Amino acid sequence: MGADPTAPRSDRARAARTVLSGADIQRVLTRIAHEILESNRGAQDLILLGIPSRGVPLAQRLGEIVARIDPSFDAAASVGQLDVTLYRDDLRRSTSRTPAPTRVPDRGLDGAVVVLVDDVLFSGRTVRAALDAVADLGRPAAVRLATLVDRGHRELPIRADFVGKNLPTSTAERVHVVLSETDGTDVEDAVVITDAEKEA
Amino acid sequence: MRHLLSTVDLGYEDALAILDTAEEMAAVNEREVKKLPSLRGRTVVNLFLEDSTRTRISFEAAAKRLSADVINFSAKGSSVSKGESLKDTVQTLAAIGADAIVMRHWSSGAAQQLAESGWVDAAVVNAGDGTHAHPTQALLDAFTLRRRLAGSRGVDSTGTDLTGMRVVIVGDILHSRVARSNVWLLHTLGADVVVAAPPTLLPVGVGSWPCRVTYSLDEALAERPDAVMMLRVQAERMGGAFFPSAGEYTRSWGLTAERFALLDSRGGQVLQQPVVMHPGPMNRGLEICDAAADSPHNTVLEQVANGVSIRMAVLHLVLNNDPEA
Amino acid sequence: MTATTTDAPVLLRGATLPNGGSADVLVADGRVAAVDSCAADQSRDVETIDCAGLVLLPGLVDLHTHLRQPGKEDAETVETGTRAAAMGGFTSVHAMANSTPTADTAGVVEQVWRLGRASGWCDVHPVGAVTVGLAGQSLADLGAMADSQAKVRMFSDDGMCVHDAVLMRRALEYVKAFGGFVAQHAQEPTLTAGAQMNESELSGVLGLAGWPAVAEEAIIARDVLLAQHVESRLHICHVSTAGSVEIIRWAKERGIDVTAEVTPHHLLLTEELVRSYNPVFKVNPPLRRDEDVHALRAALADGTIDTVGTDHAPHTAETKQCEWTVAAMGMTGLETALPVVQEAMVETGLMDWAGVARVMSATPARIAGLEDQGNVEEDGTPVVGSVANLLLWDPAVRCVVDPATHTTKSRNSPYEGRELPGRTVHTFYRGRRVVADGVLAEPFRHAPVEEAR
Repeated sequence: MGADPTAPRSDRARAARTVLSGADIQRVLTRIAHEILESNRGAQDLILLGIPSRGVPLAQRLGEIVARIDPSFDAAASVGQLDVTLYRDDLRRSTSRTPAPTRVPDRGLDGAVVVLVDDVLFSGRTVRAALDAVADLGRPAAVRLATLVDRGHRELPIRADFVGKNLPTSTAERVHVVLSETDGTDVEDAVVITDAEKEA
Repeated sequence: MRHLLSTVDLGYEDALAILDTAEEMAAVNEREVKKLPSLRGRTVVNLFLEDSTRTRISFEAAAKRLSADVINFSAKGSSVSKGESLKDTVQTLAAIGADAIVMRHWSSGAAQQLAESGWVDAAVVNAGDGTHAHPTQALLDAFTLRRRLAGSRGVDSTGTDLTGMRVVIVGDILHSRVARSNVWLLHTLGADVVVAAPPTLLPVGVGSWPCRVTYSLDEALAERPDAVMMLRVQAERMGGAFFPSAGEYTRSWGLTAERFALLDSRGGQVLQQPVVMHPGPMNRGLEICDAAADSPHNTVLEQVANGVSIRMAVLHLVLNNDPEA
Repeated sequence: MTATTTDAPVLLRGATLPNGGSADVLVADGRVAAVDSCAADQSRDVETIDCAGLVLLPGLVDLHTHLRQPGKEDAETVETGTRAAAMGGFTSVHAMANSTPTADTAGVVEQVWRLGRASGWCDVHPVGAVTVGLAGQSLADLGAMADSQAKVRMFSDDGMCVHDAVLMRRALEYVKAFGGFVAQHAQEPTLTAGAQMNESELSGVLGLAGWPAVAEEAIIARDVLLAQHVESRLHICHVSTAGSVEIIRWAKERGIDVTAEVTPHHLLLTEELVRSYNPVFKVNPPLRRDEDVHALRAALADGTIDTVGTDHAPHTAETKQCEWTVAAMGMTGLETALPVVQEAMVETGLMDWAGVARVMSATPARIAGLEDQGNVEEDGTPVVGSVANLLLWDPAVRCVVDPATHTTKSRNSPYEGRELPGRTVHTFYRGRRVVADGVLAEPFRHAPVEEAR
């Protein structure tokens, strides 16, 4: 944590590779917003839940775009966040155990179409935890999954409904999503791939 | 955090992590499905060698809401060969597969001894040891105060501390594990802590504690505290052992109706309506008057509810402990 | 006392004397036969032990030992305790009276005395109880114990304080009849009810009931005045506070016949160790502050405190591996006493080896009235013709203490894992080398006890 993936690397290390720029991210989110509205046939009963940490600002951005496209969508009342820390299956090994807040829109999840929003879809374990968390909070009519990047290597039978970019990676690589909301206003939004082994 | 033994060595970051985690636990406690899977398959033993139904059921509720299996082991230790039985008892519990031992014990330091003994690998949570420490009580008190403070400021309490608050702890400091744990924790979290007690009920060396000391409750109240924490007075301290009589105690150190009215009307440093806290059970008419005991500014029941959230947080943090850390 | 067999003469070659010089010392017929810088002429016909680098000390004398027999043979026996004493360099120990039954009658003290003679590792002098059952109510059979074969001169309720002022006065008066003295365990009981550790800032933080220094000092102050008033002899056991040192210094300046002892652990350890709640550090009087440790060291060096008494207090594992507040009080000490004194007094420059010979042998022998012990000149050189109770000590080695290797039956050493200097190489008890090259050899065999007196 804390290392700037866009900073210059040592000569031995392969340079970080930017796969989505800030403009790309905005374009991709706009497309996903359209896809969500299309598949839901409008904004009714739609709730967006971001998964901390970077899924939260992505859900908020997505909510704003959806509201611009369909003014009947009240972003303030329909976008929340869902912490999955306490539902993880790797709790004993994880380093960050302090859960982030869960904020569910006041009307609750019953009967809603919940779109879970995360930055990177990888093993699928986070989404598995999120599905359990949702089940404890209510009974939605449907649960969908939107992700900015799908980098493959699934360990569970889970797939995303809305994907910003499919990104074939090796397991040795790391995918960093940099967003101004979570990473500071002095950095540019980007999705960057680095070599995990050389990073250490 | 491998164990929770006292608040003296609990750092600011760890304390805040517990309080912030407890906020999320509190949210769970308010929803319909009051259950989390985070301790599924883990075994928590409540080893209570001293009576305390309140604390035990609080820990029991906390462990169950985290999906742990709970085993309650209560035994009032006989005065003979107590020690031998502790080692044997905990080794039995370890053999049963206890992942955490929540222990209430009559001997100061017992939790630390257990954690450092090598008798068991289980995480140890101190649920009160002798006259030493009661860290989860202090944490739930801090949690209660933090929520009141954040509420009065209209902000989310997560991530905040107690800076600006003044807390007076009144009564039998000498024999109180609750007082000890609170003085250090509330100080760590930025509160201005004052202890008010008759000199006979203050330990030698209290001057080095991270708090101010006064023999006068009235002086302490004149400083407009935000919270007054009344400690329970044990009957055996009376009759000349530590103070002359119950009547004299109440006159000088009881939260009487007059003092309560004054506290209420003056307001606190940051809270418009100062709160009255008590670890329970209360001695009405001795250390606390009916008006204060029944007042909406009394946080006793809130403390009980918050106790479950705090204990969930503590169990989650010690049992989902990163072995690398 | 005469040996049943006489060992062949032994020449201790090149031992370092406490005064810093070196000498050859001939031990023959159970006595120090010669102390000579060139005893070479004798060396041809006798066994020679190379003692280069070893300090020759008089056999150590302990005024404060708990041998636990009769009653607590699972913690220690006279046999195991005296073996430990020999390994620690002691040739005389005083067995405290808090056995079960209490050593408050001639029968019990004679039993302990006989067990000591049968063991043959060092002299065992039973201490008689001052009051019946250590209960502090009525005087024990002081005269009968004095007249017994054990010839008790030292009386103590150690473990309990003779807190009743009149009773203490009577005891001090009564023992004058046979040249005895009272060794007081100074602890005002009402100030220390339930006490668990030194009363201090730390006890407040740890939530352990405090044992205030004043509880010791108040009794010492009272008793030195009583001793002065009745013109008797008082010994203060295990002095533990700086304030006590001041009172004793004041009393000695006034000519009061008082002697005082300090334990090795109070010369080295402080209450900070209690932070661990490890009961191995629980002892009575409790470990005190750093200031106290330094005051005690200075007092031992300047003679205000006369002697080091081990307060060797063996305890079984189950009474120590338990909660602090119910754990037994006490630490083993016979085998670590001299290492601790070397660490705390010699290596700090506070005391030379002649001083060690004084506080650990000559002075306690004088206090207890022992003719066969502590016979050294002012500079620590053994007196020619005296009974050969000697210790050859290697001050150069440093060892990490491992209680499992100790000879005492119990394992409650507070020094576990701590590196301490020095090691017993040979202990001569009445001319018999009972410890040879650091291991127990053969005990001394006393002549059979004559039944008639």
